Amino acid sequence: MGKVGIVGYGCHLPRHRIKVEEIAKVWGADAPSYKKGLMLREKSVPPPDCDTITLSVEATKNALRRAGGINTAEIGAIYIGSESHPYAVKPSGATVAEAIGATPDIHCADFEFACKAGSEAMFVCLGLVKAGEIKYGLAIGGDTSQGAPGDALEYSAAAGAAAFIMGSENLIAESIDTYSFMTDTPDFWRREYEFYPQHAGRYTGEPAYFKHTCGAAEGMMKKVGMKPADFTYAVFHQPNGKFPMRAGKMLGFTQEQMEPGWLSPTLGNTYSGASPIGLTSTLDIAKPGDTILMVSYGSGSGSDGFVWKVTDRIDEVRDKAVRTRKLLDENLIYIDYGTYAKFRHKIKKNA
Amino acid sequence: MYSARDWREYPRRYRLEAGKCKKCGKILFPARLICPKCGAREFETEMLPDTGKVLTFTVIRTAPSQFTDIAPYAIAIAELTNGVKLTAQLVDCDVNTVKVGMEVRIEFRRVQTDAYSGILSYGYKFVPKWY
Amino acid sequence: MRDVAVVGVGMTKFGEIWDKSLRDLYVEAALGAIENSGVDHIDSMIVGCMSGGLFVGQEHLGSMLADYLGIKNLPASRVESACASGGLAFRHALIEVASGMSDIVMASGVEKMNDISGDGATYALATAADQEYEVFHGATFPGLYALMAVAHIEKYGTTRDMLAAVAVKNHDNGALNPNAQYPFKITMDTVKSSVMIADPLRILDCSPITDGAAAVILTTVDIAKKLGKPYVKITGSGHATDTIALHSRDDMTTIASATVAADKAFKMAGKTIKDVDFAEVHDCFTIAEIMVMESLGLYAPGKAGEAVLKGETALDGKFPINTSGGLKSKGHPVGATGVAQIVEIYKQLTGQAENGRQLKSNPKVGLAQNMGGSGGSSLVHILEVA
Repeated sequence: MGKVGIVGYGCHLPRHRIKVEEIAKVWGADAPSYKKGLMLREKSVPPPDCDTITLSVEATKNALRRAGGINTAEIGAIYIGSESHPYAVKPSGATVAEAIGATPDIHCADFEFACKAGSEAMFVCLGLVKAGEIKYGLAIGGDTSQGAPGDALEYSAAAGAAAFIMGSENLIAESIDTYSFMTDTPDFWRREYEFYPQHAGRYTGEPAYFKHTCGAAEGMMKKVGMKPADFTYAVFHQPNGKFPMRAGKMLGFTQEQMEPGWLSPTLGNTYSGASPIGLTSTLDIAKPGDTILMVSYGSGSGSDGFVWKVTDRIDEVRDKAVRTRKLLDENLIYIDYGTYAKFRHKIKKNA
Repeated sequence: MYSARDWREYPRRYRLEAGKCKKCGKILFPARLICPKCGAREFETEMLPDTGKVLTFTVIRTAPSQFTDIAPYAIAIAELTNGVKLTAQLVDCDVNTVKVGMEVRIEFRRVQTDAYSGILSYGYKFVPKWY
Repeated sequence: MRDVAVVGVGMTKFGEIWDKSLRDLYVEAALGAIENSGVDHIDSMIVGCMSGGLFVGQEHLGSMLADYLGIKNLPASRVESACASGGLAFRHALIEVASGMSDIVMASGVEKMNDISGDGATYALATAADQEYEVFHGATFPGLYALMAVAHIEKYGTTRDMLAAVAVKNHDNGALNPNAQYPFKITMDTVKSSVMIADPLRILDCSPITDGAAAVILTTVDIAKKLGKPYVKITGSGHATDTIALHSRDDMTTIASATVAADKAFKMAGKTIKDVDFAEVHDCFTIAEIMVMESLGLYAPGKAGEAVLKGETALDGKFPINTSGGLKSKGHPVGATGVAQIVEIYKQLTGQAENGRQLKSNPKVGLAQNMGGSGGSSLVHILEVA
């Protein structure tokens, strides 16, 4: 089997944003300390008509634009990783596959592993392509995540999706290798029938996020025989602005290497979409020959590592769809907490 | 909203599939069995383009119950670049800035939600074409 | 075809009639028409009702209403064409008498709209539009007429004052109608500052939710003469349909079904709009009256609004429109509306309009235009003094 990798990639973000100050005002919290402590300024908010399925469809349309007219009927697998699938029972992937005309010759499953579900979808698609089981695989990471009102997570829980079409021809970025690192670490969870997740406070840091993110990054680099300086860029899971920068620096990466994929200060934590969206914004500015390390993190806990090598085709396709930075920075609609509470169904109404 | 009724519309609502009359070329959305222009009965599937411009619009201030969460919302009739006209919500903008002639793009959105436990209905909406 | 006449009319008070059911309202109007006409029996009855099923959970209205009218074995039909159901009932009664199948037929309409919530009524009314390609997306009835209003404003420069003038004029007339739901005058400022429903239409641009019934007796001119009561002749009837969805039309600033239905009615009557003295038109929204005035050929496209502002269609104007108060002031129990229009034309042509709203011009020819949905169906009837 020859090379496998990304044939098309795309992102979609809601246009609505809420600022940290607006949330802090309601709960009597100190906005400057959140902004400084978590390095968060604002986050994306999905309007009531956006959910993981709609974000996934739009991200996929952008990936298809960059994939250059592939026949969607040849997509042999669709996996959506999310912790906010709109249905508890009924696959998100089926709707997305229907919307892009990829049914019925397709394998479909919805993935869940806290914030790591999107990279799992990428991991499995690459494997199936590599095994020759499918010609193309569609991997999506997307969420419209919820943080409990007043909880620290409310400042970061955001919405967005990234989609990748994996294949073996006309690659934009070749997958050099992958590596996964996982233990049972109860740092964050949501029980069945509960609306909001819970977390274990500072335990989510050192024994959870940092251990797994750094463990996967080190394992990945060891597996391919590379060191931080060998990479053009690095993208880490970003539950807030602070963690990925700290993990990267602990590993020996520079701010410059991480900057293009570091979106959380103004995007928030898009959960399953986080490191995949970071990869899209990095590909948006990457040059042929660049290498990118990507490491996801999902509570519970585990991390997937990927090493990508960008091909010549990037110059041809990057502007066939909207760039992620444009979606992040332009034409924003700022909302107040009341509107946010309505949009996110935090107000109890008659059924 | 019943599942079967919603499901039957997927080709139109999800993929914007129209029917093009093989005889006179008229594009019909939704596709039909008989061409209203020439009476012919053979069609080929054609996908609608995803951009167009607003021909007329309104802002619904008093909304039916399934839409109260998004009220006030704009409804527009837009003419797509191939001349087909269709009605949909125009979202992601200040409703007071909508204008006739405004350029729009079609996005995939959740259109209706059957209370808290029923089926979710997806389909097309217009958004301002800002890039 | 036999010459057909309207020989008697009846209607209930229109409004929020809390203490009367659909069957109560219907029987009251029907008995009124039968007594008013002096007939000793009817051969058949046709009921126009848009949605007994959604408004009160009752279908099979032919059976139920004939039963409650106390007439066994009567051929009784229910017809539906959304808000034009009443006009359609009248046309089918006309066809039945003209053809010789029956001699005396009651055309009637009823709607009981206040037994469900406003939201339920909105849903029921919206079934007249395209469910999958308009209503699914959140379009409401005021919304569809608002889309037409914006297109009309864009094309012709129609103004807020022109729309308001329709409502003010119709309330001026309705104030004189004892059966009207809102028998009082309103001002331009009241209309223009009322709550916005669907831009640019405000609540006082919209006809209300109404309970009510109306009935008229049709028979041959020969029988009418023998009855010795005032009667008017039905000389023209036209019926046409258009696309169900507004967006499927080439021109959203005109009601093409009204134009075609009027052409057919004029052709049958051997008349033109110039021969008509006054009209009842379907002013479900203020913009609708303006568009229908143009669609009937009474004014050139884009010119009707100005005429309303100048008072040309007021009670003392050169062409009075909606002397009854129209749907706006009299009320709009959708299935009954088309028949209630005939009641008003009959009263004006026989000199029986109440409270000083009788036209002083001694009218000879009246026109009734009733439409369904956003103009997906229209009926036009021409009535003349005997």
